[in-house]
Amino acid sequence: MNDEVTNSVATEPSTSAPPPSASRPKIQVVPVRGLPIVALLVVFVALSIGFNWQWGLMFNHVVGGGLWTGIDLFVGLVIGPILGRLSIPARAEFSARFMPKMVIIMPTVVMMTLATGFQVARFSGNLLASSPNHAWLIVSFCVVGVMAVIALGVLEPANIAVLFEMNKPVPNGARIGRLMQRFIYTAGITGVMQVATLIIMTRLASR
Amino acid sequence: MHAPSAHAETTERPMPPVGWLTSAALACVVVGGILLASYAPRVAPLGVATALLVAAALLMIAAVTLLSRIKEFAWTTFVLVFKWALLAYAITAGMIEFAFAHDHTRGASLVVVTLMLVVFATSVPTTIAFTVARYADPG
Repeated sequence: MNDEVTNSVATEPSTSAPPPSASRPKIQVVPVRGLPIVALLVVFVALSIGFNWQWGLMFNHVVGGGLWTGIDLFVGLVIGPILGRLSIPARAEFSARFMPKMVIIMPTVVMMTLATGFQVARFSGNLLASSPNHAWLIVSFCVVGVMAVIALGVLEPANIAVLFEMNKPVPNGARIGRLMQRFIYTAGITGVMQVATLIIMTRLASR
Repeated sequence: MHAPSAHAETTERPMPPVGWLTSAALACVVVGGILLASYAPRVAPLGVATALLVAAALLMIAAVTLLSRIKEFAWTTFVLVFKWALLAYAITAGMIEFAFAHDHTRGASLVVVTLMLVVFATSVPTTIAFTVARYADPG
């Protein structure tokens, strides 16, 4: 995908830009080297579900969920504010290296967490309406639903659009800024949802 | 790495709200999915879930109709992004379908879940591809 994507975009003429710079390296929209790891994790998750492998289910759910929450909060509360204070060239250079990795990491940890989470809830009995944890579980479904719509409907399209824009001969700074504003607008919601997830999950695990 | 141009154009070509429609379709199936999952392992009442599915399907049809009417659109870029995103989200949807089937979801419930996953697996790639292609040169 990577070569195809970068080539197709880089060769498009820009209507309002100066001549392209031949020296600028192309951004890998999807880091191809990470795909085998993703494939292994997909197989691991599928086998864990298929064989009701409880350690595998718990491993994927805890590791995936921990990374998802940790990365979201770290990026939103630590990386984001630092990035906002950097110069535009520094911000562009950091984003060019950071965002492609997020394209591959975040969907993978989300898949690990959600696909196995339902099975973990089933085995622990929390899915049963009679379980004292059932209401908390439903709240966690709602929290995940809000985060999924924000991540998949708002943030991921913006992330990929920014990477494509940065691959153009002369990226449109105003456009990138507008797309990046989505991350700022949704950071608060995502942060609150992730803290809620931490509270709900630790509560579920301790009852 | 060069910095983005500081004097870049700030006006954009007006586009129909394809991204909003597909995101709304995604929200409908997410709510429907939560509803169905909240009843598991019991059989969920399908009325509200089916209504949400129909709403999501109508939103997707509206989005595709508006998309098809755009003149001077970067279709090459759209198709390139859409097909790879579709592959990724088809795998994710397949995993969710597998989990539901593995948990003995059967009959009408499985049909509703499957159709919701079809909407999921097509709405997200459409949103991503549209967001990328709207800023690409039509070529």
